[in-house]
This record gives sequence, C-alpha cells and structure tokens, in this order.
Amino acid sequence: MDSSPHDHGDDGADSAPPAAYRSEVTLSVNGKPHTLLIDHRRVLLDLLREDLDLTGAKKGCDHGQCGACTVLVDGRRVNSCLQLAVSLDGCDVLTVEGLTEGDQLHPLQRAFLDRDAFQCGYCTPGQICSAVGVLAEAAAGHPSHATGPATPPGRPVPLDAAEIRERLSGNLCRCGAYPHIVEAVQDVAL
Amino acid sequence: MTGTGSTLGAPAERREGHQKVTGSARYAAEHPLPGRAHAWPVPATIARGRVTAVDTAAALDLPGVLTVLTHEDAPRIADPDDPTLAVLQDPRVPHRGWCVALVVARSPEEARAAAGAVRVEYAVEEHDVALRADHPDVYEPETANGGNPARREHGDPEGAFASAPVRVDAAYRVPPLHNHPMEPHTSTAHWQGDQERLVVHTSSQGTTTVRATLAALFGMPEDRITVTAGHVGGGFGSKGTPRPDVVLAVMAARRTGRPVTVALPRRHLPASVGHRAPTLHRIRLGAGTDGRLTGLTHDVVTHSSRIKEFVEQAAVPARVMYAVPHSRTLHRLVRLDVPTPSWMRAPGEAPGMYALESAMDELAGELGMDPIQLRLVNEPDREPDSGKPFSSRHLTECLRDGARRFGWTGRDPRPRSHAEGPLLVGTGVAAATYPVLVAPSTAEARALPDGTFVVRINATDIGTGARTVLTQVAADALGTPLDRVRTEVGDSDLPPAPLAGGSSGTASWGWSVHEACTRLAGALAARTGPLPDEGITVHADTTGQADADSPYARHAFGAHFAETSVDRVTGEVRVRRLLSVYAAGRILNARTARSQFIGGMTMGLGMALTESSTMDTAFGDFTESDLAAYHVPVHADVPRIEAHWIDEEDAHLNPMGSKGIGEIGIVGTAAAIGNAVHHATGIRFRDLPLTPDKVLAALAD
Amino acid sequence: MKPFGYLRATTVQEAVQALAAHPGARCLGGGTNLVDLMKLGVERPGFLVEVNRLPLDTVAELADGSLRVGATVRNSDLAAHPLVRDRYPALSQALLAGASGQLRNAATTGGNLLQRTRCPYFQDVSKPCNKRVPGSGCGARDGTHRDHAVLGHSDHCIATHPSDMAVALAALDARVELYGTEGARSVPVAEFHRLPGDRPELDTVIRPGELITGVVLPAATASLPSAYRKARDRASYAFALASVAAVLHLSDDGTVAQVGLAFGALAHRPWRATRAEEALRGGPATPDAFAHAVDLELRAARPLRDNGYKVGLARGLALDVLTRLATPART
Repeated sequence: MDSSPHDHGDDGADSAPPAAYRSEVTLSVNGKPHTLLIDHRRVLLDLLREDLDLTGAKKGCDHGQCGACTVLVDGRRVNSCLQLAVSLDGCDVLTVEGLTEGDQLHPLQRAFLDRDAFQCGYCTPGQICSAVGVLAEAAAGHPSHATGPATPPGRPVPLDAAEIRERLSGNLCRCGAYPHIVEAVQDVAL
Repeated sequence: MTGTGSTLGAPAERREGHQKVTGSARYAAEHPLPGRAHAWPVPATIARGRVTAVDTAAALDLPGVLTVLTHEDAPRIADPDDPTLAVLQDPRVPHRGWCVALVVARSPEEARAAAGAVRVEYAVEEHDVALRADHPDVYEPETANGGNPARREHGDPEGAFASAPVRVDAAYRVPPLHNHPMEPHTSTAHWQGDQERLVVHTSSQGTTTVRATLAALFGMPEDRITVTAGHVGGGFGSKGTPRPDVVLAVMAARRTGRPVTVALPRRHLPASVGHRAPTLHRIRLGAGTDGRLTGLTHDVVTHSSRIKEFVEQAAVPARVMYAVPHSRTLHRLVRLDVPTPSWMRAPGEAPGMYALESAMDELAGELGMDPIQLRLVNEPDREPDSGKPFSSRHLTECLRDGARRFGWTGRDPRPRSHAEGPLLVGTGVAAATYPVLVAPSTAEARALPDGTFVVRINATDIGTGARTVLTQVAADALGTPLDRVRTEVGDSDLPPAPLAGGSSGTASWGWSVHEACTRLAGALAARTGPLPDEGITVHADTTGQADADSPYARHAFGAHFAETSVDRVTGEVRVRRLLSVYAAGRILNARTARSQFIGGMTMGLGMALTESSTMDTAFGDFTESDLAAYHVPVHADVPRIEAHWIDEEDAHLNPMGSKGIGEIGIVGTAAAIGNAVHHATGIRFRDLPLTPDKVLAALAD
Repeated sequence: MKPFGYLRATTVQEAVQALAAHPGARCLGGGTNLVDLMKLGVERPGFLVEVNRLPLDTVAELADGSLRVGATVRNSDLAAHPLVRDRYPALSQALLAGASGQLRNAATTGGNLLQRTRCPYFQDVSKPCNKRVPGSGCGARDGTHRDHAVLGHSDHCIATHPSDMAVALAALDARVELYGTEGARSVPVAEFHRLPGDRPELDTVIRPGELITGVVLPAATASLPSAYRKARDRASYAFALASVAAVLHLSDDGTVAQVGLAFGALAHRPWRATRAEEALRGGPATPDAFAHAVDLELRAARPLRDNGYKVGLARGLALDVLTRLATPART
C-alpha cells in the first residue's frame, strides 16, 4: 500500500456511521428472511448486490431511468435503486434469482431464450422481472396508456404487442432487443 | 448437427443465455472479493484551466472513507498513447467532467458522499466549445478515424457540379450522440501478493489491449496481469479501448491495498468515455437528367478535444457508394475545450450515410425519379475511390428484395399524399454500407480423450453472440456436434485476440479458430490410437493472412425501408414499420445475426427521432447527461422490425465467408426514416433528431 | 447523500411531530424523486419521516359524492381505480402518461404533487440555480431551455413543474388536504404550486412541517367528459413537452355548462387556464370558440429563445382535446 497525506488508513475506514444513521431491517428475499443492520442511505439494489451477493438486479443508471434494477416488492415491480432498504422492513422481495424453481426456468426466462430476447444481457433480469409484474398487473385489471377506453375497469387487460410495449417502456435495452422481448412476453401472456 | 455446412448458419441458442436470464452472469462489478472498496470520481466543474488546490479534509472525515487520490499524489503512470487515460497526473483540466480526484471508501454510499465533500479550486481559463463550420481554427487533418485520408479528390468536382443540369446542395447536422451501454464503464482491480500480480475485471470490448495498456502505464510485464471481461453489458464502441475507469481502479487498488471497483456513475459517461462527435455536413450532388451522378462533394466539419485528435470519418462512405467521375470527400476539424469524442457504432458511416442518403433522396425528388431507381443507375462497377473491384456487392439485390417485401411498388411518390386523420404518413428508403475489417488473431484448439474439444481465444462477447458463433465455427471445422465444443473467451490469459469492434470480431477471431480447428482435425485424422490425457493442442496465428492486402474492395451493403407517421397536432414522429435487407456475406448464426441487425436499426431509429445531446456553451458540458434527458428509444418507440438477408457468397473474405454485421444496421436507418418523414410531410428536415419542437415549427410555416 | 436519521411514522400526529422536531426533514413516500435528488446532492435532509405506513392509502367516496384519495395511494392504484376510471378519466390518463410502470407502482399521490422540476441545471449541483441555491443565478435562461417555461416564469427561474397528475387534478378542481402543527387546511391544486417570482426555491404553498394527507376530487358522474393528452420526445417514459387536461360538460342546448382546462410543462405550476375557461363558459362549444379561448389564454406566453414551439403545441393539444370532448361519439 502506498502512503499519502490523503489517506485515512484502516482506522478511519472502519469507523461506522453513528447509530442514528443506521437501522436494523428484516426482509424476505426470494423466500429467505434476512436481518441486516444497514446504513439508511442503502437502497435495495445495493443491499441485494453488496450485502447478499445477489447481482442479478443491475445498476444501469441508479436513478430510476433505465429499469435494469427492477425487482418485485410484495409482488409489485419497482426500481430497486430508488427504494431505501430501511423503508422495506417486513417486505417480500423477489429478484430474478428467485424466479427459477430448482432447475426449472420461469416461463418468461424460457421464452427469452427461445426468442433471443437479449444480447449483452445487462437489462435482461430487469426486463424479465418487469414482465412478471406486467402479467400480474394486466391480470389484475390495471390499465396502461395503451389501454383503450372500451376495456372495462376491474377486468383483466388483454396484452397485445402495443400493451406490452407501453408497459415495458420503463426498461431500456440499448442492444435493441425490444421486438424479441415483446415476442417473448406475448408467448407467455397468451 | 455435424459436419460442414450444418453447424455454421444454424440458429444456435446463446451459450451463455441461461446465465443471462437467471441473473448468474457476472459483470465487472460483480466478482465478490473480500474487503472490496468502491471508488467515486470527482469531475472537474470548469471547462478549461488548472486545479490549484484540492481540499480533501472534509471528505476524509466522513465515515468509511479510505483515501482520496488527487493529481498531487496519485500513483504515477507512464505517458499513455491515449491521452484520455492520463488521469490524476497533472493539474490540467482539458474539459468539464475530467477526473480531478477519486474517493475510495468501503461502500458506494460513502464514496459518493465523500466525493461531494471534496473541495477543488481552479484557475479558470476562457473556454470555447461551440462548433461552427466557419470557426477560425478549422483545419484539415492528415487522416480521419480508421486511417482514412482526410481528403480524397477525383477529377473536377467544382466544375462538374457547376455544369450539372440537376443539382442538390444541402447542409445536414448530426448532433453529439452518446453510446450509453446499459452497463456503465466499470472496472474492479485487485493486486495479489505483494503487489506482484494484478487482476482486473473490466467492462471492455477487448482485454488483450487493456492488459497491454496497463502493463505500459504501470510499468510491469504483461504476464503479471490478468484482465477478464466474461460478460460485458454493451459497449457500442465506447469500451473499445481502455477508458479511465480501469486506470483509476488499478491506482486505487494499489493505494489502498484492497480490491477496488470503479463503476462510473451514469452521469459521468458523456464526458469521460467518448461520444459520437457532432458533424456538420455539406453535400453537393450534380447529375444528368438521366439521374447519373456527375459530381459529388461531401465536406464534413467536426470537433475533437484539446488532448486528442479524433476525426469522425463521415465523408468516407461517399467514397464507396456511387459511380461518380468527379468527387471530393473532405474532413475538417476544430479542436475545442470539449470532452474527447470516440467510436460510437459505425463511426463515420452512421452520420455520413445519414447525410449522403438524405441527399440522394433530395436528388431523386429533383429528378422526379424513384429513389431506388436513382441508386440503381448509379451502381459502380468498381469501388469509385480505389478503382478496385468489389469482392461482392449486392446493393441492387437488397434494394429490389426490400422493395418487394416492403410493398414499395405502387407507392405514390408525391410528398404529403397520404393522411390518416391527423397523421401524415410516408415511406422512405436508404442504402447502407459498412467496410469489411479483419485483424490477425491467435487461437488454440484442443482435442480431449473423451471426444470433446476446447477452444481458447481472448475474444469478447459484448452481446454479439461471439461465444456461440465461434463455437459454431469450431464445430463446423472439426466436424463435431456443437455440444462437444467448449469455447473460452473474455480473459487475457487466453491466446491474444483483437477487440470486438469495427464489426471485425467474428471475422478475425473466427479465422484463427477455423485455422486451429482445421489443423486439429487434420492432426486427428492422421493419428491412430487414443489421445494422451492432456489431449492434443493446436495453436493458430493468422498474422500475415488476415492482415494481407486484398486486391478487392470489401464491404457489406444493405437497404432500409421505413414507414413513418407524423402527428400534425404534436409534431410527434413515430416509425410504424422498419424493414431491411442485407448482403453481408455468409450469415453464421441466423438467430444472433437477426438480433444484431435489429439492434443496429433500433439505434438508428433513436438517432433519427429521439437521441440528442447539446453542448452547453456556457458550461462546456452536455446538458443531456442522464437517461431521463438523453432519450434512448424505449419499447413503445420500436415497432416490429424485420431484418432479412440475401445469401451472398464471397470467396475473398475469410474461411467462413462472412462480413461484419454489428454496425451496418445503424448505417442509413436515420436517412430512411428522414426520407419517410419528407414523403409524409413534404418538409425536408436536415438536423437530427426529428423531435416535436422542430417538426411542429416546420409544419406551422 | 449525507447520512440521515429515519422514522417510520405510523400516525399522522407522529409524522407531524417528527417533522416539527427535525427542521429540514423530508417525508419519504415512494422515494422516486426524493431518493433520486438525494443521490444527486440536490436534497440534503438530515432526517426522513417515512409516511408509507400512515393510514392514508385508500380511495374513498365521501357522502357528498366527492372522492378522497389518500396521500400514500400509489399512482398505479389510483390510475386503475374503477371510480377514477369511470368519473375522472383525465386523472387516470394523466397518471398513465407519466413515468413507467415501476415508478407508478412506487410513487404516491402526495409525492407526485411535491416532485421537483427536472430542469438539468437544478439537478446539477455544480451549476448555478436560484431554485436550489437562491441568488446563484439561472443556468437555463441562456443555456439549454427547450423544455422550459413559456408562462409565468421570472427572471429568477424558468423551470417547469413536471407532473402529469397535477395537471389533471387542476383541471378537475381538486383540492389538496394538508395537516400540520396548526391543524388541517385545504388548498385548490391549481393554487398549491407557486409561480417562481423572486422566491423560486419555494415550489408550493406548503408550510414547514406540513404534510399532505390527501387529495379530494369534487363529485362527478360517470358522464362528465374529461381527457388528458401529452406530447413528448419519445412514445413513452418521457416528461411532457406540453400537455393538457380538460373537463367539458355541455348543456342540452350545446353550450358550455362546465369547463376546466389546464396545461402541463408550460409553467412552474400546472397552468389553470382561467381566462380560456371564462371565455368558454356559457358559450358555444365550437372549434372557433375553443380557438378563441385558448388563444386568449396563451397570449400571456413569453417564450424563450428555443421554446417558442410550446405555444403552438399547447394550442394544438388543447383544441384537439376540447374538440374531442365536445364530440362524445368520438371520445
């Protein structure tokens, strides 16, 4: 290790933030309970990646502008980069790692493979988790910007390509796999 | 799937697909290392000047902070070939966003907070970041990117234009554009032993180059450095060569004695990893009344930074496309106090073909000729600039096949001839081209006693499907099923190979894999008896073959067709259909190739309609610095896209007969869309992107 | 982001007391804007009061037919609520035109109202911004301001309010319910956000320590026509370049009985077009009348160097929406 006037040395580095700035949280991730003492600043995305080594959720922008960090909290898809972990005490978190049951891929995971619905793969876990949320939201009758006025409130919304495109628009893909992603989601939505 | 001919071209599933859909594929920041620290760069907040003081006291007082590197005390490195890597070596600030300090802390939160607490003082100098064609400092460089001559002239272009019966003289502008791969530039560095050995995980398009660069900068032999890039979250040129993140990570790891990850914040990317330089185009086309071109000039003015001359080679495709006896293609440059531009998917071709193919559409309008017909009558027999014969050129077939598939025949050519309620609807066409590039590579193939094979090569799979396609090349040459071949890529300890760039990866890597496997197959055929436990291994090196001069002009071609709607109320332009046909040699994997083509077309759609960046002249940075402001297309922008190709046989390429396909999809797409918008509205837009503000203003006139 | 203290409040009283005890504290709902701004160093609270567990997460019809929306009702749930879709389609449409599915699942009604401008100079702490640092100047006025205000801006600030939802609420005559140490009060949504004047650091009329508890929509029947339309740079997941929300109810004789009109992305607040409404009320519901009224409203526009297009865009959007609302068969 080089030395430097701007060095703290390990002493300073090991000083924890004062207790007022940390809390204990308990949350379930992919069905497994975890209790952690966390810095209030920690967002769910960093908790997953740094504390639990669950790196499926990706950090693409860290500001809710790309969707690569999408996971499901209590069954709803959210940007994990904007969720303070301290606010999720008692919550159920589902990540891409939790979609697989044993060796059995989730139907969306299988469809993404079948349709070649990704290239670099960095947005893929977010796209898949988002699609899981989309299927649930449509089944629960949640409309989208693409939903026509003729669709009655409270009834499941059929997912055509336009609906899927609109509902997945919070998930950017720079490789441009969009057409194949839409096909993959349609395969499962049908 | 055995034997020659059945494996190559098959739509094989991606070898790493399972890992990517389950979240188990590990990217550069995702290698668990005990004690790993996180670093956060402090960007300069002036556009030009010098750092006079860095006050790190407040930052160091924050919990978790390990150190702050500044230009005063950061590890010294040798002068890099690429000046953008000379970070924290001196107080000079060449542009806003230049790294002036690096905070290292235990957690990303602590690093970010401390970076905000570093106080930097500057001696500020006047800056100039405004690109103008009449800038007094415009000069003509010797070469443009890719080693292309900055200027080429044939005959008397001025005279030919002046005397042409039909003329187009138009100026186009392509704004600065940002690669924005989904994975920001990230490196994790780890010194092992007593700083004897360096291991780096980085998000790069080629780790052989990263290793060589680090060896030179840190003064150590390459065999003590390992650089891996097993999975890379996109690059599109911006990770072609090392970027500052990897140098900073190595410095920080050396200083702290810990593994350190530098994951550049998204907002830091526009200033620190390169951008597509803005290009100002003037194109003049002169033609006879039969549509034959007599004169062509394509003059490009672009910018680069103070520290590095990078010239977007946007006039180069005009040297390839059309038969014209008199021509000038010229690049000129202004060095400004701007971030350093670099490669972005199809540098040169993407902006150049936007301008040229828009101008061709304008010429078709002047002539009253179908734009496909105009291109057909200007098909050259040989490459116009070099006079070389083409190894293969099937642009005509692409145009004809695309026209048939798209339903071009019967199109009413009159602008603004079709409306659907408030929507004006139009169709457009444009051609595409991209050069065949190839570089020497090494590879190793091993046959094991159990009948399986291992192919080892430091190729990089940035999402192209390289891992899969190279396995296909190997299986084909070995005459064995795909599942008997394991291919190792993405690690500098593997046999050296060039980067994934210039659409050259598969050709370069595949050539050496093909050679190694072909020779291995020969060795196996000549052999009797069982293999030794370690198997038998063949090394290949295509130096001297892959880089041999070709007597042929080698390019891929394509044709794009677009249908757009323009909302008269809002000025919103949407692409309804996008269809392209390519002639790109032999397609080695139909599945991954289609994804590559579609991906390029999608980025071209963004270039046409949504992607825009603004150099703020007061502050000297790009205003659209995040993904909320810089509009990468979203799902809802992208219709069903069709990519087709014709079977093209070309014996003058490489043993696989392939041309590169990673970039041609973006080339010309914006022109096809712009031409469709002209057909819809009767208005010619020459300034990308076609956002509602511009469209509405023009519709109102 | 600097370290901060944290309280999970379970009652409104507890939340208000915590806000009073920690000057400068912020309420955390969905966090979609606040956490974003804290990461950027724009917001630097020393204490957060989490309001997600307050009993403010329901949508309820009141005895007089009005609809109370709790402050922590998520944007996605509000957009999907059958009563909202039936009676206040403009509100549902506005919510669905904003952000992304993920963000709408997190963002709350109160938080949406309190979200801050997306002006790039406000978001960049290395640049001057009178809203972020009063007196530091405005980087946008001579800088990149294609997305900025054309109405009601001042020398100090040209930022716009980014909400879609609030524009619909303004047109629908909704009120914001507030609660603080001095008790409860309510303010029309159209008056909740301020114009910048010489105090651009103040986005709204909320008082220090006050909390949004909900929004109340006036009684409406399923037949009250309303709509929202937005123009943007890409087809989804982008802030408005301009938007319009309108409510239009015609009398049996075809004249305008009730009208609400508001513009988004034109000003520092949702722009309630009161002049246009006055001109329309009681008059004919014809394209000419709409054009006259909208022009009357937009006469006040003072475009900057690069955002003059917004005036024509807003005009076109308003005429389109009003015309559609006046022609029920086509809505």
